[in-house]
Amino acid sequence: MNRSVDPKKVNSELFTLTYGALVVQLLNDLESVEDVNKHLDRMGYNIGVRLVEDFIARSSADKCYDLRETADKLQAAFRMYLGISPSIANWAPAGDEFSLMIDTNPLTEFVELPDTCSNMRYSAILPGMVRGACEMVHLEVSSWFVQDQLRGDPVTELRVKFIKRLEDSVPPGED
Amino acid sequence: MAEEALFEFLHHEIVALVVENEKKSDAEAGQNAVSKLERIGFAAGYRIVERLTREWPRFKDELDTMKFICKDFWLAVHRKQIDNLRTNHQGVYVLLDNRFRFLSHMSTGKQYLECSPQYLAYMCGMMRGALSNLGLNCVVTAEVTHMPACKFHIQVQRT
Repeated sequence: MNRSVDPKKVNSELFTLTYGALVVQLLNDLESVEDVNKHLDRMGYNIGVRLVEDFIARSSADKCYDLRETADKLQAAFRMYLGISPSIANWAPAGDEFSLMIDTNPLTEFVELPDTCSNMRYSAILPGMVRGACEMVHLEVSSWFVQDQLRGDPVTELRVKFIKRLEDSVPPGED
Repeated sequence: MAEEALFEFLHHEIVALVVENEKKSDAEAGQNAVSKLERIGFAAGYRIVERLTREWPRFKDELDTMKFICKDFWLAVHRKQIDNLRTNHQGVYVLLDNRFRFLSHMSTGKQYLECSPQYLAYMCGMMRGALSNLGLNCVVTAEVTHMPACKFHIQVQRT
Protein backbone atom coordinates (compact mmCIF):
# COMPACT_ATOMS: atom_id res chain seq x y z
CA MET A 1 0.00 0.00 0.00
CA ASN A 2 1.61 3.16 -1.14
CA ARG A 3 -0.18 6.06 0.43
CA SER A 4 1.90 9.02 -0.47
CA VAL A 5 2.13 11.65 -3.12
CA ASP A 6 5.12 13.48 -4.48
CA PRO A 7 4.44 17.16 -3.86
CA LYS A 8 7.04 18.38 -6.30
CA LYS A 9 5.53 16.47 -9.18
CA VAL A 10 2.01 17.43 -8.22
CA ASN A 11 2.89 21.06 -8.32
CA SER A 12 3.86 21.05 -11.96
CA GLU A 13 0.84 18.93 -12.81
CA LEU A 14 -1.35 21.35 -10.94
CA PHE A 15 0.02 24.16 -13.06
CA THR A 16 -0.41 22.18 -16.27
CA LEU A 17 -3.98 21.14 -15.53
CA THR A 18 -5.02 24.57 -14.32
CA TYR A 19 -3.62 26.07 -17.46
CA GLY A 20 -5.45 23.52 -19.56
CA ALA A 21 -8.74 24.24 -17.81
CA LEU A 22 -8.20 27.93 -18.44
CA VAL A 23 -7.56 27.43 -22.14
CA VAL A 24 -10.70 25.34 -22.48
CA GLN A 25 -12.74 28.01 -20.72
CA LEU A 26 -11.31 30.70 -23.00
CA LEU A 27 -12.10 28.64 -26.07
CA ASN A 28 -15.68 28.35 -24.86
CA ASP A 29 -16.01 32.03 -24.08
CA LEU A 30 -14.33 33.65 -27.04
CA GLU A 31 -15.25 33.26 -30.63
CA SER A 32 -11.94 33.02 -32.38
CA VAL A 33 -8.76 31.12 -31.67
CA GLU A 34 -6.83 34.32 -32.41
CA ASP A 35 -8.55 35.98 -29.49
CA VAL A 36 -7.55 33.14 -27.21
CA ASN A 37 -3.95 33.48 -28.36
CA LYS A 38 -4.07 37.18 -27.64
CA HIS A 39 -5.47 36.71 -24.16
CA LEU A 40 -2.93 34.05 -23.27
CA ASP A 41 -0.13 36.26 -24.47
CA ARG A 42 -1.35 39.16 -22.38
CA MET A 43 -1.69 36.99 -19.30
CA GLY A 44 1.83 35.79 -19.88
CA TYR A 45 3.02 39.36 -20.09
CA ASN A 46 1.37 40.22 -16.77
CA ILE A 47 2.84 37.16 -15.12
CA GLY A 48 6.29 37.90 -16.53
CA VAL A 49 6.19 41.44 -15.17
CA ARG A 50 5.73 40.08 -11.67
CA LEU A 51 7.75 36.93 -12.00
CA VAL A 52 10.95 38.76 -12.87
CA GLU A 53 11.02 40.33 -9.42
CA ASP A 54 10.71 36.94 -7.82
CA PHE A 55 13.45 35.64 -10.09
CA ILE A 56 15.89 38.44 -9.28
CA ALA A 57 15.20 38.11 -5.58
CA ARG A 58 15.83 34.36 -5.66
CA SER A 59 18.79 34.16 -7.95
CA SER A 60 20.47 37.44 -6.98
CA ALA A 61 21.07 37.94 -10.68
CA ASP A 62 23.20 40.84 -11.88
CA LYS A 63 22.48 43.18 -14.71
CA CYS A 64 22.95 41.65 -18.14
CA TYR A 65 25.44 43.42 -20.39
CA ASP A 66 24.78 41.50 -23.55
CA LEU A 67 22.14 39.26 -25.02
CA ARG A 68 24.12 36.11 -24.31
CA GLU A 69 23.87 36.77 -20.60
CA THR A 70 20.17 37.41 -21.01
CA ALA A 71 19.80 34.08 -22.76
CA ASP A 72 21.56 32.34 -19.87
CA LYS A 73 19.30 34.04 -17.36
CA LEU A 74 16.22 33.03 -19.29
CA GLN A 75 17.47 29.47 -19.32
CA ALA A 76 17.97 29.61 -15.56
CA ALA A 77 14.47 30.98 -15.11
CA PHE A 78 12.97 28.15 -17.13
CA ARG A 79 14.84 25.71 -14.94
CA MET A 80 13.68 27.40 -11.77
CA TYR A 81 10.01 27.80 -12.60
CA LEU A 82 9.16 25.02 -15.01
CA GLY A 83 11.85 22.50 -14.14
CA ILE A 84 13.19 22.23 -17.67
CA SER A 85 16.47 23.36 -19.20
CA PRO A 86 15.96 24.51 -22.76
CA SER A 87 19.10 24.71 -24.85
CA ILE A 88 20.09 27.93 -26.52
CA ALA A 89 20.67 27.69 -30.24
CA ASN A 90 20.35 29.34 -33.64
CA TRP A 91 22.01 32.66 -32.88
CA ALA A 92 21.45 35.20 -35.59
CA PRO A 93 24.73 36.42 -37.17
CA ALA A 94 24.16 39.90 -35.74
CA GLY A 95 23.79 38.38 -32.27
CA ASP A 96 20.40 39.95 -31.67
CA GLU A 97 18.24 36.84 -31.96
CA PHE A 98 18.33 33.37 -30.46
CA SER A 99 16.11 30.38 -29.85
CA LEU A 100 15.27 28.41 -26.76
CA MET A 101 14.81 24.77 -27.72
CA ILE A 102 12.37 23.00 -25.42
CA ASP A 103 12.13 19.23 -25.84
CA THR A 104 9.55 18.62 -23.15
CA ASN A 105 7.14 21.42 -22.60
CA PRO A 106 5.44 20.90 -19.23
CA LEU A 107 2.48 23.02 -20.29
CA THR A 108 1.50 20.55 -22.98
CA GLU A 109 2.02 17.37 -21.00
CA PHE A 110 -1.53 16.03 -21.33
CA VAL A 111 -2.53 17.97 -24.40
CA GLU A 112 -3.51 17.16 -27.94
CA LEU A 113 -4.80 19.81 -30.31
CA PRO A 114 -7.99 19.03 -32.22
CA ASP A 115 -8.08 19.92 -35.92
CA THR A 116 -10.39 22.86 -35.31
CA CYS A 117 -7.64 24.64 -33.37
CA SER A 118 -4.87 24.33 -35.90
CA ASN A 119 -3.78 27.94 -35.57
CA MET A 120 -3.92 27.86 -31.81
CA ARG A 121 -0.71 28.70 -30.04
CA TYR A 122 -1.35 26.65 -26.95
CA SER A 123 1.68 27.77 -24.97
CA ALA A 124 1.30 31.43 -25.92
CA ILE A 125 1.75 32.30 -22.27
CA LEU A 126 5.50 31.57 -22.50
CA PRO A 127 6.51 34.20 -25.07
CA GLY A 128 4.33 36.64 -23.17
CA MET A 129 6.22 35.89 -20.00
CA VAL A 130 9.57 36.37 -21.68
CA ARG A 131 8.46 39.70 -23.10
CA GLY A 132 7.06 40.95 -19.79
CA ALA A 133 10.06 39.89 -17.78
CA CYS A 134 12.55 41.45 -20.19
CA GLU A 135 10.64 44.70 -20.30
CA MET A 136 11.01 45.08 -16.56
CA VAL A 137 14.78 44.93 -16.91
CA HIS A 138 14.81 47.52 -19.69
CA LEU A 139 14.97 45.20 -22.66
CA GLU A 140 12.39 45.37 -25.35
CA VAL A 141 12.22 42.00 -27.05
CA SER A 142 9.75 40.20 -29.19
CA SER A 143 9.19 36.52 -28.74
CA TRP A 144 7.25 33.89 -30.64
CA PHE A 145 7.11 30.18 -31.43
CA VAL A 146 8.87 28.97 -34.55
CA GLN A 147 8.18 25.29 -33.95
CA ASP A 148 5.69 23.60 -31.69
CA GLN A 149 5.54 19.92 -30.77
CA LEU A 150 1.76 20.13 -30.58
CA ARG A 151 1.73 20.85 -34.28
CA GLY A 152 3.96 17.93 -35.09
CA ASP A 153 7.39 19.56 -34.98
CA PRO A 154 10.21 17.58 -33.35
CA VAL A 155 10.95 20.28 -30.74
CA THR A 156 9.33 23.40 -29.42
CA GLU A 157 11.38 26.40 -30.45
CA LEU A 158 10.85 29.74 -28.79
CA ARG A 159 12.49 32.59 -30.67
CA VAL A 160 13.59 35.75 -28.87
CA LYS A 161 14.58 38.89 -30.77
CA PHE A 162 16.18 41.93 -29.19
CA ILE A 163 14.57 45.17 -30.32
CA LYS A 164 15.98 47.94 -28.22
CA ARG A 165 17.21 48.94 -24.83
CA LEU A 166 14.62 50.95 -22.94
CA GLU A 167 15.92 54.13 -21.36
CA ASP A 168 14.76 55.64 -18.12
CA SER A 169 12.85 58.77 -18.92
CA VAL A 170 12.79 61.86 -16.76
CA PRO A 171 9.66 61.97 -14.62
CA PRO A 172 7.20 64.60 -15.85
CA GLY A 173 7.77 68.02 -14.34
CA GLU A 174 11.46 67.52 -13.57
CA ASP A 175 13.85 68.91 -16.12
CA MET B 1 9.78 26.37 -3.90
CA ALA B 2 9.80 28.59 -6.89
CA GLU B 3 7.08 27.03 -9.01
CA GLU B 4 4.73 27.98 -6.27
CA ALA B 5 5.07 31.63 -7.22
CA LEU B 6 4.33 30.79 -10.83
CA PHE B 7 1.15 28.98 -9.91
CA GLU B 8 0.00 31.81 -7.68
CA PHE B 9 0.59 34.40 -10.38
CA LEU B 10 -1.29 32.25 -12.86
CA HIS B 11 -4.19 31.99 -10.47
CA HIS B 12 -4.24 35.75 -9.99
CA GLU B 13 -4.20 36.30 -13.72
CA ILE B 14 -7.06 33.85 -14.23
CA VAL B 15 -9.13 35.66 -11.63
CA ALA B 16 -8.34 39.05 -13.11
CA LEU B 17 -9.07 37.92 -16.65
CA VAL B 18 -12.36 36.20 -15.90
CA VAL B 19 -13.62 39.08 -13.78
CA GLU B 20 -12.67 41.62 -16.42
CA ASN B 21 -14.26 39.66 -19.27
CA GLU B 22 -17.48 39.33 -17.34
CA LYS B 23 -17.60 43.01 -16.56
CA LYS B 24 -17.61 43.77 -20.23
CA SER B 25 -20.29 41.30 -21.15
CA ASP B 26 -23.20 41.83 -18.78
CA ALA B 27 -24.60 43.33 -15.62
CA GLU B 28 -24.71 40.34 -13.30
CA ALA B 29 -20.99 40.19 -13.58
CA GLY B 30 -19.91 39.14 -10.09
CA GLN B 31 -21.87 35.93 -9.82
CA ASN B 32 -21.07 34.83 -13.34
CA ALA B 33 -17.35 35.27 -12.86
CA VAL B 34 -17.39 33.21 -9.69
CA SER B 35 -19.17 30.34 -11.38
CA LYS B 36 -16.75 30.44 -14.27
CA LEU B 37 -13.78 30.30 -11.94
CA GLU B 38 -15.45 27.46 -10.14
CA ARG B 39 -15.77 25.59 -13.42
CA ILE B 40 -12.09 26.05 -14.20
CA GLY B 41 -11.28 24.69 -10.75
CA PHE B 42 -13.62 21.77 -11.24
CA ALA B 43 -11.88 20.70 -14.42
CA ALA B 44 -8.45 20.90 -12.81
CA GLY B 45 -9.53 19.14 -9.61
CA TYR B 46 -11.29 16.37 -11.49
CA ARG B 47 -8.11 15.55 -13.34
CA ILE B 48 -5.52 16.05 -10.64
CA VAL B 49 -7.19 13.70 -8.20
CA GLU B 50 -6.90 10.93 -10.75
CA ARG B 51 -3.16 11.46 -10.84
CA LEU B 52 -2.93 11.65 -7.05
CA THR B 53 -4.80 8.47 -6.24
CA ARG B 54 -3.41 6.38 -9.06
CA GLU B 55 -1.65 3.91 -6.79
CA TRP B 56 -3.99 4.05 -3.85
CA PRO B 57 -6.34 1.41 -2.51
CA ARG B 58 -10.03 2.21 -2.62
CA PHE B 59 -11.33 4.50 0.10
CA LYS B 60 -13.27 2.78 2.86
CA ASP B 61 -16.06 5.31 3.27
CA GLU B 62 -17.01 8.94 2.94
CA LEU B 63 -15.03 10.03 5.99
CA ASP B 64 -11.96 8.31 4.64
CA THR B 65 -12.33 10.29 1.43
CA MET B 66 -12.67 13.53 3.35
CA LYS B 67 -9.57 12.72 5.34
CA PHE B 68 -7.73 12.27 2.09
CA ILE B 69 -8.90 15.71 0.96
CA CYS B 70 -7.78 17.30 4.22
CA LYS B 71 -4.41 15.62 4.36
CA ASP B 72 -2.88 14.51 1.12
CA PHE B 73 -4.85 16.55 -1.35
CA TRP B 74 -4.33 19.73 0.63
CA LEU B 75 -0.69 18.87 1.18
CA ALA B 76 -0.16 18.34 -2.51
CA VAL B 77 -1.89 21.53 -3.55
CA HIS B 78 -1.04 23.88 -0.69
CA ARG B 79 1.87 22.14 1.01
CA LYS B 80 0.07 22.01 4.30
CA GLN B 81 -2.76 20.08 5.85
CA ILE B 82 -6.11 21.52 6.64
CA ASP B 83 -6.19 22.82 10.20
CA ASN B 84 -9.52 21.52 11.34
CA LEU B 85 -12.16 19.13 10.06
CA ARG B 86 -15.62 18.93 11.54
CA THR B 87 -18.62 16.92 10.50
CA ASN B 88 -22.15 16.19 11.66
CA HIS B 89 -21.86 12.63 10.29
CA GLN B 90 -24.78 13.36 7.98
CA GLY B 91 -22.93 14.54 4.97
CA VAL B 92 -21.88 18.02 6.07
CA TYR B 93 -18.19 18.71 6.50
CA VAL B 94 -16.51 21.93 7.54
CA LEU B 95 -12.85 22.35 6.69
CA LEU B 96 -10.95 25.18 8.28
CA ASP B 97 -7.71 26.58 6.91
CA ASN B 98 -6.23 29.22 9.20
CA ARG B 99 -4.00 30.64 6.55
CA PHE B 100 -5.42 30.03 3.11
CA ARG B 101 -2.78 30.45 0.45
CA PHE B 102 -4.67 32.62 -2.03
CA LEU B 103 -5.65 35.06 0.71
CA SER B 104 -2.41 35.09 2.63
CA HIS B 105 -0.88 37.95 0.64
CA MET B 106 -3.80 40.27 1.23
CA SER B 107 -4.43 42.63 4.08
CA THR B 108 -5.68 40.90 7.21
CA GLY B 109 -8.16 43.67 7.86
CA LYS B 110 -11.60 43.98 6.38
CA GLN B 111 -10.40 45.95 3.38
CA TYR B 112 -10.58 43.20 0.77
CA LEU B 113 -13.21 41.03 2.38
CA GLU B 114 -15.72 41.64 -0.36
CA CYS B 115 -13.50 40.51 -3.19
CA SER B 116 -12.50 37.33 -1.39
CA PRO B 117 -15.15 35.13 -3.10
CA GLN B 118 -13.43 35.39 -6.44
CA TYR B 119 -10.20 34.15 -4.91
CA LEU B 120 -11.91 31.17 -3.30
CA ALA B 121 -14.04 30.04 -6.22
CA TYR B 122 -11.21 28.22 -7.95
CA MET B 123 -10.41 26.17 -4.86
CA CYS B 124 -14.07 25.35 -4.19
CA GLY B 125 -14.36 24.08 -7.72
CA MET B 126 -11.21 22.10 -7.35
CA MET B 127 -12.51 20.32 -4.26
CA ARG B 128 -15.84 19.67 -5.93
CA GLY B 129 -14.07 18.23 -8.95
CA ALA B 130 -11.84 16.03 -6.83
CA LEU B 131 -14.76 14.68 -4.80
CA SER B 132 -16.84 14.18 -7.88
CA ASN B 133 -14.19 11.98 -9.42
CA LEU B 134 -14.04 10.02 -6.16
CA GLY B 135 -17.75 9.33 -6.45
CA LEU B 136 -19.17 12.00 -4.15
CA ASN B 137 -21.54 14.55 -5.56
CA CYS B 138 -21.10 17.68 -3.44
CA VAL B 139 -21.80 21.34 -3.06
CA VAL B 140 -18.76 23.25 -1.87
CA THR B 141 -18.96 26.78 -0.55
CA ALA B 142 -16.47 28.96 1.26
CA GLU B 143 -16.77 31.54 3.94
CA VAL B 144 -14.30 34.11 5.22
CA THR B 145 -14.78 36.04 8.41
CA HIS B 146 -11.21 36.86 9.30
CA MET B 147 -8.61 37.10 6.55
CA PRO B 148 -6.66 34.93 5.79
CA ALA B 149 -8.58 32.14 7.53
CA CYS B 150 -11.15 30.39 5.42
CA LYS B 151 -13.87 27.84 6.08
CA PHE B 152 -14.99 25.45 3.37
CA HIS B 153 -18.39 23.84 3.71
CA ILE B 154 -18.91 20.59 1.90
CA GLN B 155 -22.37 19.18 1.60
CA VAL B 156 -22.65 15.73 0.13
CA GLN B 157 -25.66 15.36 -2.11
CA ARG B 158 -27.45 12.07 -1.79
CA THR B 159 -30.08 11.08 -4.26
